[in-house]
Amino acid sequence: MTKKPSLYFSASQVTLVRLVWMTVAAILALMIIFPLLWMTSISFKTAQDAFSPTLLPAAPTFGNFTYVITEVPFVRYMANSLFVSATVTVVALFFHSMAGYALARLRFPGRELIFLAIFSTLLVSLPVIIVPLFIIVRAMGMLNTYAGIIVPSVFNAFGIFLLRQYYLSLPREIEEAAVIDGAGYWRIYWSVILPLSKPILAALAILFFLANWNAFLWPLTVASDQNLWVVQVGIANFKSEYSAAWNYMMAASTIVAIPTLVLFLIFQRQIMDSIKTSGLK
Amino acid sequence: MARVDVDNVVKRYGAVQVVHGVSTAIEDGEFVILVGPSGCGKSTLLRMIAGLEHVSGGTISIDGEVVNDVAPKDRNIAMVFQNYALYPHMTVAQNMAFSLKLAGVPRQEMQAKVENAARTLGLETLLDRFPGQLSGGQRQRVAMGRAIVRDPEVFLFDEPLSNLDAKLRVQMRAEIKALHQRLKTTTIYVTHDQVEAMTMADRIVVMRDGIIEQVGTPLDLYDAPANLFVAGFLGSPTMNFIDGRIEGGHFLNDDGISIAASGGLPEGPVTAGIRPNLVGLADKGSLFEVLVVEPTGAETQLVLQAGKTQLVALVQGRVALQPGASVGITFDPSGLHLFDRRTSTRLPQMFS
Repeated sequence: MTKKPSLYFSASQVTLVRLVWMTVAAILALMIIFPLLWMTSISFKTAQDAFSPTLLPAAPTFGNFTYVITEVPFVRYMANSLFVSATVTVVALFFHSMAGYALARLRFPGRELIFLAIFSTLLVSLPVIIVPLFIIVRAMGMLNTYAGIIVPSVFNAFGIFLLRQYYLSLPREIEEAAVIDGAGYWRIYWSVILPLSKPILAALAILFFLANWNAFLWPLTVASDQNLWVVQVGIANFKSEYSAAWNYMMAASTIVAIPTLVLFLIFQRQIMDSIKTSGLK
Repeated sequence: MARVDVDNVVKRYGAVQVVHGVSTAIEDGEFVILVGPSGCGKSTLLRMIAGLEHVSGGTISIDGEVVNDVAPKDRNIAMVFQNYALYPHMTVAQNMAFSLKLAGVPRQEMQAKVENAARTLGLETLLDRFPGQLSGGQRQRVAMGRAIVRDPEVFLFDEPLSNLDAKLRVQMRAEIKALHQRLKTTTIYVTHDQVEAMTMADRIVVMRDGIIEQVGTPLDLYDAPANLFVAGFLGSPTMNFIDGRIEGGHFLNDDGISIAASGGLPEGPVTAGIRPNLVGLADKGSLFEVLVVEPTGAETQLVLQAGKTQLVALVQGRVALQPGASVGITFDPSGLHLFDRRTSTRLPQMFS
């Protein structure tokens, strides 16, 4: 890349500003990375060593990892998390894209009202509705079931909103061409709209998967059966059962962070795109 | 192939009426162009014929059958859109085959039809490409191919050349016209470009504000426009209009223009219209000042002024005039039109 000289500022000014930016960015990055480094460090330390102020463990050990994987049903928790996150992602995207398309394109009475109602739920956070939600799920007999963890997580106004906005931006003529070609609503959705939504669906899939992988409050509330615990609940449990087991907790956290890290490395571009399109953060 | 009848068709959006009882007939195999300025209702009319818009009043018939409530796919029509509306995730071949696939056409027949259409349009080498890998002209051809494979009774084109550059537009114009001459399918074509209308159409329907102003062959409309709007809309450069009056068998204007008219005209205010190519330069006649000289090589366009009257003259060859010079003007009397100032309609009387 060739460097273009700035038209407005002198070279020294540009260098100075760039230096300040880099320093600030480096400090921020360090603030975020340091706890993760500390987590990784503790996961290799023994229980006695856990609170030593050195970043590098004096006697590094894989014992914590072995313990977490063999002595606690952590693999089961991982499988639960994977199953719940993947199911929520797939089911949610299917329904969200249909809802988004209907709200963007189909004409029916009350459409705007329904959209507003869905959109307004973005303003309400989970802790606010967790008690009524729990009562409903209990009434439906879904306590301590996968359905109980999955079904309430499927509804998410954010995905519907984002997809609706995306469908509004698609040229209507493509759908009209499909109408003239003889396609009905379902065929247009399935053969034209859905393939065109691939980029935004990929972005949403990553966001949904990560959000559900890291979900804690709802799985904790709805599933007391240890066989249904997800990783986040499992990790939290180290604290109550073994109050001083920070080394185990950190080892578990490190294991849990790996899939998200891998996801990030593979889908870095899509994640950045999704953050840009959704205007998050 | 089929005849299309539009009978007293009205389109309303809520309380707003945009097409006011339009009637016209498009004969079997005819190439008809709907032309008019933006918002005149031409696209709306086309979309009603396609079945993409509900008809608020009147009837549309294709081949004698009223199709007001018939779904677009059952009207046996094909449409080419302004932005091509190709499916970006399908290859050229898949784009062209989509309608056949939905209609349940057997695979081999489908392939044969697609290949046939591709050959007609010179798309054989592009069948595996995606629309994003094609140029504007190629996309336009694919859109036409998608229409051809269905072997429809009526082709509908909605400003298909608007997104192309000037050179490609001329080329595609010729291709569409050649295609029509080969297939002889009834074609309805919407454009706001009067050059497209003049060069391509068997007949032109000129629309304004949701009504039809005039219907006729391009040269009929050019030679005998029904009113000031049609006279001004067709032809480039635009027809010159000179306000004046009929007095004592002459057309007179305050800036000294006086032209003898054949008898029988009622006295009173009129607007005279003359095409720029029928304005000639001479040593005698009304004296005008040259404002602008625009040579294009083969011909020269001059903007002339006398008092409040401004004229455009299109002269063959080159002229040695500079802005500010004075020049005499003559009018070819055979091409002069007179319009009633009140109703804007053309008076049947011609200058002799």
